[in-house]
Amino acid sequence: MKRLGKRLLAGPYLMWMLLFTVVPLVLLAYNAFTGADGSFTLTNVAVILDPVNGKPFLRSIGMSVLVTVICLVLSFPLALILRKCSGNKNSFIVMIFILPMWMNFMLRTLAWRLILLNNGILNQILTALGFGRVHLMNTIWAVILGTVYDYLPFMVLPIYNALVKIDNDVISAAQDLGAGQWTILRRIIIPLSIPGVVSGITMVMVPSISEFVIASMLGGGKVYLIGNVIEQAFNSGYADIHAGSGLSLSLMVLILISMVIYRLFDGEEGESSLW
Amino acid sequence: MVSVAGREADSVKKHNMLWKKCTAAGMAVLLTASGLLTACGTSGQKAVQRIVVFNYGDYIDRDVLKQFEKETGISVAYEEFLTPEAMYTKYKNGTIHYDLICCSDYMLDKMIREKDVRKIDMDRLKYAGNIGDTYWKLSRNFDPDNSYSVPYFWGTVGILYNPKLLDFTPDSWKDLWRKDYKDNIIMQDSVRDSFVPALRQLGYSINTTDKKQLKEAQKLLLEQKDLVQSYLVDEVRDDMANEQAAMAVIYSGEAGLARDYNEDLEFVVPKEGSDVWMDSWVIPKDGENYEGALKFLDFLCRKDIAMKNFEYVYYSTPNTAVLDEIDPEEKADDPVIFQSEDVVKNCEMFRYLGKDMEEYYNYMWKQLKAY
Repeated sequence: MKRLGKRLLAGPYLMWMLLFTVVPLVLLAYNAFTGADGSFTLTNVAVILDPVNGKPFLRSIGMSVLVTVICLVLSFPLALILRKCSGNKNSFIVMIFILPMWMNFMLRTLAWRLILLNNGILNQILTALGFGRVHLMNTIWAVILGTVYDYLPFMVLPIYNALVKIDNDVISAAQDLGAGQWTILRRIIIPLSIPGVVSGITMVMVPSISEFVIASMLGGGKVYLIGNVIEQAFNSGYADIHAGSGLSLSLMVLILISMVIYRLFDGEEGESSLW
Repeated sequence: MVSVAGREADSVKKHNMLWKKCTAAGMAVLLTASGLLTACGTSGQKAVQRIVVFNYGDYIDRDVLKQFEKETGISVAYEEFLTPEAMYTKYKNGTIHYDLICCSDYMLDKMIREKDVRKIDMDRLKYAGNIGDTYWKLSRNFDPDNSYSVPYFWGTVGILYNPKLLDFTPDSWKDLWRKDYKDNIIMQDSVRDSFVPALRQLGYSINTTDKKQLKEAQKLLLEQKDLVQSYLVDEVRDDMANEQAAMAVIYSGEAGLARDYNEDLEFVVPKEGSDVWMDSWVIPKDGENYEGALKFLDFLCRKDIAMKNFEYVYYSTPNTAVLDEIDPEEKADDPVIFQSEDVVKNCEMFRYLGKDMEEYYNYMWKQLKAY
């Protein structure tokens, strides 16, 4: 009886997964391996090799790696600071970081557009202070900035989670044994934070690789990423859902491979990972 | 509004049956909900007459619909679409039988060629004479004997510029290649439109099917890419009004609206010639109320109604009765909306080039974007 009840409870979720994960995946794979006439073909998977798709693909990979590195560099010290803060102050600072996430990310990106425009807020401030204007809007740097801003919390929180779990006694013990700050960081804190870091990297890199909304909002049509290519394949008047599916599949395979590689680094328990 | 989101060809998921079925099901639900089910049924003679009209978003004065219902007793089911491609997909779906559709030249070209539309008895339209000869002639680009379509609004593609930010007056597409205005130029982010400045500048047709000419144009656009601030569609108007850039490729109707926000802006159709566009009404083959559709069409051509729509939409109207009514001073004041007929002489209309050629255009465009 108990078992049946448990199974029934899982029912809605299983249905959800079946309808919105399994079925779409099957459809995607089906479309990727068939042509317009429904016959089997590999051309849709091979289109990734065409520079028209390959260049944006490489650009996306490069961009997401850069975004991830920037996020990591910003997040680790921040998470360390958060860990050191105690009690209420701590949760307040954490909240400051989560706060922007309560607002829709499209709105946040739109705000960046207003800030970065040629005569936007940033340039107005710069000229008022006597500096020259910066040309950021409609460049890849604007897209990177927007993406870092949007994904930063996804890096901070897992690392922070991993760091707060480190027992203070472990650090005290190390200090008793004569370890300096640097040694503690290198030999204790960093190794113990790896699961959080891996989780953070995955949560930033995987979604940012297929990013296209930020690119169209801040890139002014000049930053063409693989996400834009796929979106066009499904949405434009020249819609070719088969090529689009093939490209999506290539992207998923790449992500899957990198996930497997990350998993190798992920500790045995992976408690602090969020996925 | 006017076909901005890319003048693009078809290939609209015809093969994807599942998609089609889902949309059909969704449509059926919608129809039932809005009590329009009679459209699909075969209920024969209906007590209350009704026509189903399909138009671009925000492209008619809604009061006109009410007035039509009041005057004729025919109720109007009015529906809107965003892009010609979206219209085509939905129309081809066949769930709703539209009696009247308003769309842009190249899409009408395709529909007329595919024999999707009915001949219109022009003799029975009392007010069809209000439409000027120039515009009937323009329509012949896609409707060779003026028997399938009635013009609604028209315009051109040109350069919107801000004299405050320029030290010369643009009159050529070549001005969009001036290195001293790097990052001050906005181009259209849609396939066919974006090729117009390059093709016309080289002296080629905007409907060229010569791949060599297209490659040349693409090369030119690639050279320009570094100078371009952004490739936009809907935001062109706002960015120009906010003085983000000095020059932009834009539709005349949108240019008129931008000038409402920023009086400094000027519009020019470059001397090399450009695209002239026309939005017209057609009666689809599977419409169920031909008589009602004729009445509505005639109603739209009537002077007072055309005036209402003109004042609401404020794009260039082909209705000479309306044009005669307007003060010459007002016309002189707004050369963007009241374009001289001479401008058109140097312009071409987009034609539907067939699936393969349209896909080739798209590929060339993608190469440009991916570069």
